[in-house]
Amino acid sequence: MADKSKRPADMLDGAPTTVEEPGRPPTSFLEVRDLRIHFPTDDGLVKSVDGLSFKLERGRTLGIVGESGSGKSVTSLGVLGLHNRRNAKVSGEIWLDGNELVGASPDQVRRMRGRNMAMIFQDPLSAMHPFYTVGAQIVEAYRIHNDVSKKVARKHAVDMLGRVGIPKPDRRVDDYPHQFSGGMRQRAMIAMALSCDPELLIADEPTTALDVTVQAQILDLIRDLQREFNSAIIMITHDLGVVAELSDDILVMYGGRNIEYGSVDDVFHRPEHPYTWGLLGSMPRLDRERSERLLPIKGTPPSLINLPQGCAFNPRCAYSELTDGKSTVERPELRETAPGHTVACHMAVERRRRIWADEIAPKL
Amino acid sequence: MIAFILRRLGGAVLLVFIISAVTFLIFFGLPKLAGTTTDDMAARFAGKSPTPEALAAIKERFGFDQPLAVQYGNFVKAAVTGDTYDTGVEKIDCPAPCLGYSFRTNQSVTDQLVDRFPITLSLVVGAAVIWLLVGVSIGVLSALRRGSLFDRAAMMIALAGVSLPIYFTGLLSLAFVVHQWGLLPPVSYSSFADNPFKWASALILPWITLAFLYAAMYARLTRAGMLETMSEDYIRTARAKGLPERTVITKHALRASLTPLLTVFGLDIGLLFGGAVLTERTFSLKGLGSLALDGVVGSDLPVVLGTVVTASLFVVVANLIVDLLYGVVDPRVRHS
Ligand SMILES: Nc1ncnc2c1ncn2[C@@H]1O[C@H](COP(=O)(O)OP(=O)(O)OP(=O)(O)O)[C@@H](O)[C@H]1O
Ligand code: SF4
Ligand SMILES: [Mg+2]
Repeated sequence: MADKSKRPADMLDGAPTTVEEPGRPPTSFLEVRDLRIHFPTDDGLVKSVDGLSFKLERGRTLGIVGESGSGKSVTSLGVLGLHNRRNAKVSGEIWLDGNELVGASPDQVRRMRGRNMAMIFQDPLSAMHPFYTVGAQIVEAYRIHNDVSKKVARKHAVDMLGRVGIPKPDRRVDDYPHQFSGGMRQRAMIAMALSCDPELLIADEPTTALDVTVQAQILDLIRDLQREFNSAIIMITHDLGVVAELSDDILVMYGGRNIEYGSVDDVFHRPEHPYTWGLLGSMPRLDRERSERLLPIKGTPPSLINLPQGCAFNPRCAYSELTDGKSTVERPELRETAPGHTVACHMAVERRRRIWADEIAPKL
Repeated sequence: MIAFILRRLGGAVLLVFIISAVTFLIFFGLPKLAGTTTDDMAARFAGKSPTPEALAAIKERFGFDQPLAVQYGNFVKAAVTGDTYDTGVEKIDCPAPCLGYSFRTNQSVTDQLVDRFPITLSLVVGAAVIWLLVGVSIGVLSALRRGSLFDRAAMMIALAGVSLPIYFTGLLSLAFVVHQWGLLPPVSYSSFADNPFKWASALILPWITLAFLYAAMYARLTRAGMLETMSEDYIRTARAKGLPERTVITKHALRASLTPLLTVFGLDIGLLFGGAVLTERTFSLKGLGSLALDGVVGSDLPVVLGTVVTASLFVVVANLIVDLLYGVVDPRVRHS
């Protein structure tokens, strides 16, 4: 897609962004192509992720946002190959540093987990084993991928705990997770995830379980560590504030699909998808009362078994009449609306830009 | 840790006191409320057709006329320091721990308990080894292969195991394995020290019968616990680290899912040590369970009281051990 970004903006309108030809060698550090993760259940096929594509370079952060149930966690577990192949159907391609993961053997992917890609989970208390010390758990993570003695690994664990800002790491290393405070526990979790110096770090709501002041500290920590380790980060959250602070690019997910993608600047200042407007409108802001949130998204998230016909957002969209009936019939494709900024909406580009500028932006 | 142990120990001692007091109340207090006279009470303690002197002596000895608290005090005192029974005809010495004297069998309760306990112990230990090995491994395998043919078959058999009564499975196996096919010698108890092989071969059938029931329960418990653990966040974390699945299961999942089983196991063992009544009866083994049953059937109050107190002691001690072990296995308990 590198060539496309060089095209003049006026030629971009209407050109669907092509899905990368399957099997073509990747140009980016992480390339996810047409990822589909479906769960066959008694009620039907749950299409949690349905045709998701994105790219990410080292040292960059991609924020994935979307309502609860939009498929963010399923995506991240999919990248790590953590879905049980017996109850999840995964298709598409995931290229990490030149290796394709979807078609790779489970053992191959397992070897890359922890070493090349690691994950920080939402609730560090339940994500750490209650019966093993924090140190033992970091040592374990380190020794799977590094052939070192227990002593060396332990020293490394103490180092890592120190680096994530845990005071007296040489003593805390022998404490159990329940002896840590929430914030310290998340730091320990980060130390564990970073113990093998992974190139890709996925953080799934890393601060949701923490109180506000601790949240800020953890985000600062992640930012500092990214600079130090030059890792690629996928930051998953439904908190747009977190994304704005940390990310370079943002991917907005709805019903298991990418509906808008762009730089933080694009998505925050020139969003073109009505759902993104809704997200921005329902974002809590410090300078406003809660009741003044102007654009709450009406309705409920779609069923992933039976997505609405046409645009999945159409039952909740205030603008679906402005598309000559296309919204309820045809699924909008992702189209590049400006270099590096893609949107899946049938509305004419001029029209959505006008609506944003005239109706939405002034209210935010 | 020391404080933790002392706290639990204190609780255990208190519990034994409470249980023995309640038992005492039930056997010595309730009859009084129901209108039983002290003569009737004395008669229950005496052998068949006792002499009037013996009755009077028993009445006097046990202080049936005295308040219950005093009687209970005497019982506890005897248990701690021993006692001497004067029946008027002879003097009988009952050294500590004296849990009473059965005038029906002319034996101190303690002696009878000590005689019978090895039988129950042999039965329960043998069965426990089998049911732990079989039940836990089937439970783990079932959980790991949830929904497979193995899982479904195992759970069906387990359902049968928990629903079939011991006297049914016991008598059936006895009829076929011993009497019909002659595969095993008749069930009996002989000392382990004399001939371990004979000891084991004559107990295999009751072991298997008792173990079948418990293995079935443990397989179901283990399976449920394992399934729950496998969906825990920390298992996902273990996988996210890149641990091989085998390590995830043995080091992370098993440890967490077997720990709660410790409680159940302690309680079961404690209960069974007090007497595996049905199994002992079915196989005519003269363990503590048979003793208790004999006591009840023959209204031999000292024996009933003695076996109940002993059984409760086993349960309390087993629970205490479990609590202490829990502190070792689960650091969250240790620090709370
Ligand atoms: N194993 C599974 N079987 C069936 N459905 C599943 C499974 N795992 C996830 N799903 C479904 O996939 C959908 C997406 O879930 P996911 O956890 O990715 O949402 P999310 O975007 O992370 O939401 P949240 O913000 O609440 O974390 C949900 O509707 C969920 O019910
Ligand atoms: S395609 Fe139609 S329904 Fe979907 S977001 Fe655009 S206007 Fe709304
Ligand atoms: Mg999630």
